[in-house]
Amino acid sequence: MSSITMSDVSVSFPLYHSESRSLKKAVLAAASGRLGKDEKRRVVVEALRNVSFSLQTGDRLGFVGSNGAGKTTLLRTLAGIYEPVDGRISINGKVTALLDPGQGMNAELTGRENIRLRGLFDRLSANQISQLEEDVAAFAELDQFLDLPVRTYSSGMVVRLGFGLATAIKPQILLMDEWLMAGDANFMDKAKQRLETMVQGAEILVLSSHAPNIILQWCNRVIWMDKGRVKMDSTPQEVLSSYLSPEQFAEANDLMAIRSLAIPI
Amino acid sequence: MNMTSLPGSDAVQAHMPETAISPENRISITAARNWPSRVKAEFSDIFGAAHLWRLVWTLSVLDIQQRYRGSILGPFWLTLSTGVMIGAMGVIYAGLFHENVHTYLPFLSLSLVLWNLMSALTAEGSTCFLTSEPMIRAMRMPLSMHAARVVVRNFLVFAHNIIVIVVVFAIMHTMPGRYSFMIIPGFALWIVDAFAISLLLGVFCARFRDIPPIVASIMQIAFFVTPIIWSPAVLAHRGIAIVLITWNPFAALLEIIRGPILGTPIQLMPWLVALGYSSILIIAAGAIFSIARPRIAYWV
Repeated sequence: MSSITMSDVSVSFPLYHSESRSLKKAVLAAASGRLGKDEKRRVVVEALRNVSFSLQTGDRLGFVGSNGAGKTTLLRTLAGIYEPVDGRISINGKVTALLDPGQGMNAELTGRENIRLRGLFDRLSANQISQLEEDVAAFAELDQFLDLPVRTYSSGMVVRLGFGLATAIKPQILLMDEWLMAGDANFMDKAKQRLETMVQGAEILVLSSHAPNIILQWCNRVIWMDKGRVKMDSTPQEVLSSYLSPEQFAEANDLMAIRSLAIPI
Repeated sequence: MNMTSLPGSDAVQAHMPETAISPENRISITAARNWPSRVKAEFSDIFGAAHLWRLVWTLSVLDIQQRYRGSILGPFWLTLSTGVMIGAMGVIYAGLFHENVHTYLPFLSLSLVLWNLMSALTAEGSTCFLTSEPMIRAMRMPLSMHAARVVVRNFLVFAHNIIVIVVVFAIMHTMPGRYSFMIIPGFALWIVDAFAISLLLGVFCARFRDIPPIVASIMQIAFFVTPIIWSPAVLAHRGIAIVLITWNPFAALLEIIRGPILGTPIQLMPWLVALGYSSILIIAAGAIFSIARPRIAYWV
């Protein structure tokens, strides 16, 4: 049984400009007794404020909100990358975070080497790693590029490799940012099936998207983030009807109806 | 583990396969406010890095391969350039210092190869988190892994340079001293120190971007004031020797490895000094890393 619990989580980003990055400035400030003042006056962005929710197996949560509302930060916090300044997070289950296309790959290394590194990170055996290599290579269709450094890839190839890599290992908890929905049409067709299998296979899905029809299609719960706080937490229909304008909401529903006819999921 | 997700499986929510959750996938992150919880998180970070030793090893090997990709000699360029440098410096400085080449060259080769390791460790340790930024921001992983990677990588480079020492000793018909076994505890201490200094400098350099040049200039000065190209015997019975040799942490760390190989009997003083400075370093690194660890992802 996978679960995620966030209790009263706050995350704030220190804003470092060139001055606070300098040791000399910090030492001089301390020497002249300005550090205390500086500490309190330090500019921080409160990216998340007292966010609480919990998810269990079967939950498909979507985040909506305007740009800068804290959706991506919240996904990074759920992935355990950003540790909160306040509050507590418990994560039970293997997490895969599809946060950016690069997937932390090293651009100087070849595609194959990057796949191997990911396998080692997930502590796979040598056998499983060669299986992973085959699977990702078949999906990403990189052919001879697989043995060239990732920096020589086109951006489309990086997305295919990153996506293939992230979706090859089945997670219990899947965190997805909206970049996935931004691929070109060709890629989307191909990625769709793989992604849908993965979404269905995951015990918990957390999704951040600007596309209401994707939220309606995949989620059974929606949280509306606004200025780092939870503004609304309810069913997709309810949240979207207040988040979207009536016309947009109707349009999303129509789109959703057409899709569910066209592609049985 | 189910590796490939087969397309077309009609998994319905109600029939969700409940896979067992392994302990490493149970994560609890609490904003740490007190020392016990900070230190506990720090230790689990370091143990997590130790569990990923295969990844650390592969990353280190790939780092070296990547540096020399497309070159014929590969990493042995390191060996060659160190060899040329020691050969040239050995002849010139033996003349300048009026030293016997047969005793000076083995001394110089050991000193320089060890010093190169030490200065590369501090320089690359400083940037251990900064250079791993894409990985740090893509997924949760033990952060001390990046410091371990710097340590493993530089000890691998050092292994290539050992050949230079062996060749010099062979040409000069010098045999390693009978106490050479003492280099085993010596290197053990070096490895622990290397990990600690990478963590410490890595954290500082992630937060303050003007530290790497400061570290570089400190190491530059240390190179000249430490008995590396000049033998400690030059300063014997002079007051300044106490500062430059006895209380110099770099000199003590060099001596615990160089001394036994050159046939000096086991000395207590360099070991005491090296252990003393190392304890301070380890405590400082442990304290700073435990405080800064949760913030590193925001800093890089």
